[in-house]
Amino acid sequence: MKVSEKIIEGLLWLSAAITILVTVGIIWVLLSESISFFQEVSLVEFLTEKEWTPLFADKKFGIMPLVAGTLLTTFVAIAVALPIGLTIAVYLNEYAHARMKQVVKPLLEVLATIPTVVYGFFALTVVTPFLQQLIPNLAGFNALSAGIVMGIMIIPMISSLSEDAISAVPRSLREAAYGMGSTRLQTSFGVMVPAASSGIVVSVILAISRAVGETMIVAIAAGQQPRLTLNPLVPIETITTYIVQVSMGDVPQGSLEYKTIFAAGITLFVFTFALNNLSFWIKKKYQEKYD
Amino acid sequence: MSKKQNKLEALNLDAYYGDFHALKGINIAMEEKAVTAFIGPSGCGKSTFLRTFNRMNDYIDGFRVEGQILLDGKDIYQKEVRVDELRKEVGMVFQKPNPFPKSIFENVVYGLKIQGIKKKSVLEEAAEQSLRNAALWEEVKDKLDKSALALSGGQQQRLCIARALAISPSVLLMDEPASALDPISTAKIEELIYELKNDYTIVIVTHNMQQAGRVSDYTAFFYMGELVEFNKTKTMFTSPKDERTQNYITGRFG
Repeated sequence: MKVSEKIIEGLLWLSAAITILVTVGIIWVLLSESISFFQEVSLVEFLTEKEWTPLFADKKFGIMPLVAGTLLTTFVAIAVALPIGLTIAVYLNEYAHARMKQVVKPLLEVLATIPTVVYGFFALTVVTPFLQQLIPNLAGFNALSAGIVMGIMIIPMISSLSEDAISAVPRSLREAAYGMGSTRLQTSFGVMVPAASSGIVVSVILAISRAVGETMIVAIAAGQQPRLTLNPLVPIETITTYIVQVSMGDVPQGSLEYKTIFAAGITLFVFTFALNNLSFWIKKKYQEKYD
Repeated sequence: MSKKQNKLEALNLDAYYGDFHALKGINIAMEEKAVTAFIGPSGCGKSTFLRTFNRMNDYIDGFRVEGQILLDGKDIYQKEVRVDELRKEVGMVFQKPNPFPKSIFENVVYGLKIQGIKKKSVLEEAAEQSLRNAALWEEVKDKLDKSALALSGGQQQRLCIARALAISPSVLLMDEPASALDPISTAKIEELIYELKNDYTIVIVTHNMQQAGRVSDYTAFFYMGELVEFNKTKTMFTSPKDERTQNYITGRFG
């Protein structure tokens, strides 16, 4: 009896340890390769240079165009997903019948299970041609379509997590609002959403984190041209798509070009790591305590 | 001569949660500017009944009523009645203090703001008046912008009363307003109820017999979804007509 307990405990410990080891390993590889990158390219150049052309004869190593591309597509995605996701959350929580909610919520979550490559082609072959009819000077590859479709992909993240947050607000607050003569709309947007705001902010940060790391959609639909711009109508490149581009295998291992993907990777890692920690911190600090 | 009007009436009221028959053929008429207490053991329907007066049960799946509830002679379950308008007339204070996670000031003026009143001077005046009426002004006048959640339980409950008073209802429903409070806070709430009945028609649900005896003019005893007895509180407590009432108020069950 005792021995089997020990074995099980050991197995549990092992699986936890493996997870941590893998994380540490990834960080170690990222760090060591980037350090050797930064021995050849200065951090100042990396952060201030306005062009990113490591694969050309005239090499320039400014990460800013890739950061701009990433932020641009992420911004468009959140601009799409936040209003729609929050509206859905409020609808499900306040208006929908219990049975309706049981059907709609899982259906929405299906959106999150569609392979991103499918989203990418949807952006390229459906959304872009449609948008071109409205915006004639929209390029075939652009940040706008990629961002919109990415937004659709992360809607369930925001709607589901926000709905959970609104549901967690005590019933007594809803009754207080109704008791004062609030309509349903006033109750949800005036009382429930503000009371759930910390959870909603966390859902948005996680969604941002997802959008920043998204690769396939932007690789397919946004073009692969690093460009320091905030114009969503032209082709851009994000950090993730650059990594894909280089990882395809044309670049000799160990070369400076090869090391750029680790420099880009660590930039991405810093972003998502900071965002995840921010969400964790907000959750801890602002979680409303009602009891 | 100066016979008071009936403010609230129930006529042959039945209520159901799905198949459960929660209220059975209730008939009652409550006087204007008086305090009526609903007493009875847990599950007797007194809270359900209280909540029919501002239609708070509307959102419960499977709940329905038959019969009539009259407010100033008008049936509040008619189709054309807007519940949000009704609830401005019939305010409610709940069992557990439930202030919004906003400042004290924002809590008091919430009801006015959702009616579209934005003028600061109007809101400030209403806030002070309501807080004074709820006997809370002196304690909070210097910290109106502080979170309402930082107040003590008793203060929170008086804040909830102030919030309800701010929209100037004519009826105040109180669902065991002191059951979550300590004896001193309870005494304050009871004093307040005594003051408020000069201006408001008050209906209070309570588990506490002494409280019913102290604050109410009339008492209604509910048992198993029926209204067993309804009378002047004094009469009811000294010479109850029904045996079940007698057993309950003497503490033999419940």
